Amino acid sequence: MEPIETTNYMFAGYAVIFGVMLVYLVSLFVRWRKLKQDVQILQELEEKEP
Amino acid sequence: MNPKPRLLQVLDVVTAVLFVVAVGMVFFYAPMERTMGQVQRVFYFHVATAWVGMLGFLVAAITGILYLVRKERRWDTAGLAAIEISLVFFFIAIVSGSIWARPTWGTWWTWDPRLTTATIVELVYAAYMLLRAGIEDPDRRARFGAVYAILGFLSVPLTFISIRLLRTIHPVVIGGGSSAAEGDFSMTPKMLQTFMFSLLVFSFIFADLLWHRLRLGQLADKVEQLRLKTIH
Repeated sequence: MEPIETTNYMFAGYAVIFGVMLVYLVSLFVRWRKLKQDVQILQELEEKEP
Repeated sequence: MNPKPRLLQVLDVVTAVLFVVAVGMVFFYAPMERTMGQVQRVFYFHVATAWVGMLGFLVAAITGILYLVRKERRWDTAGLAAIEISLVFFFIAIVSGSIWARPTWGTWWTWDPRLTTATIVELVYAAYMLLRAGIEDPDRRARFGAVYAILGFLSVPLTFISIRLLRTIHPVVIGGGSSAAEGDFSMTPKMLQTFMFSLLVFSFIFADLLWHRLRLGQLADKVEQLRLKTIH
């Protein structure tokens, strides 16, 4: 018996798996960069205070 | 914030290499299943992402207990990190399972015990994120998070055993499943190796992401402290 043609579903499945993982990685990176900027700004403010 | 530890750098590289190998095994090493065809390859990462989900929820329950016992803020940060990662991976497992189900079961979704309990787990932890975001006092937030993570974890074993105890169309990979299961298949040695390797690789991915997310949490704590200092 020939297997049914399900290649498109496989691609869709892996597009979701890789896509969501990539989005999460990017979100970690973006949040990290933003927090680093916040730390820098807050430290500068702290230094300026008398 | 300390620079990225050497061990984390090594873990990043090892995890990335292992992930590439796992992808290679899924597409080029594991044979095509003779009934379902190519879509069966979704199974390897579908189960592995569900595994990461359950692992993270377990870690969060353990860190919840540790927070209640020791009252140390780091356990709250760890619990939040574990739950965030698990939510993402459990979501992947649910959606990839739905894509696999379409050609195998003839439907994207059915309120089968496994699918229903998995959805409940995802919603329970999504509620955790929303509810804790609404609490301003850090100590109250941490206490709430710890208790919620412990109680919320009760939903996880329910999902795991649902396909072993109840009549379900969801296949059982390890152990005997329901006679009503559809899309069941016997794993060849190459399939089994790919499956076990995928579980191992996703455990590395979880550890690596957890470490990164912990560092992010620590940095967020630092920002919060600096803000408080600036205000007062």
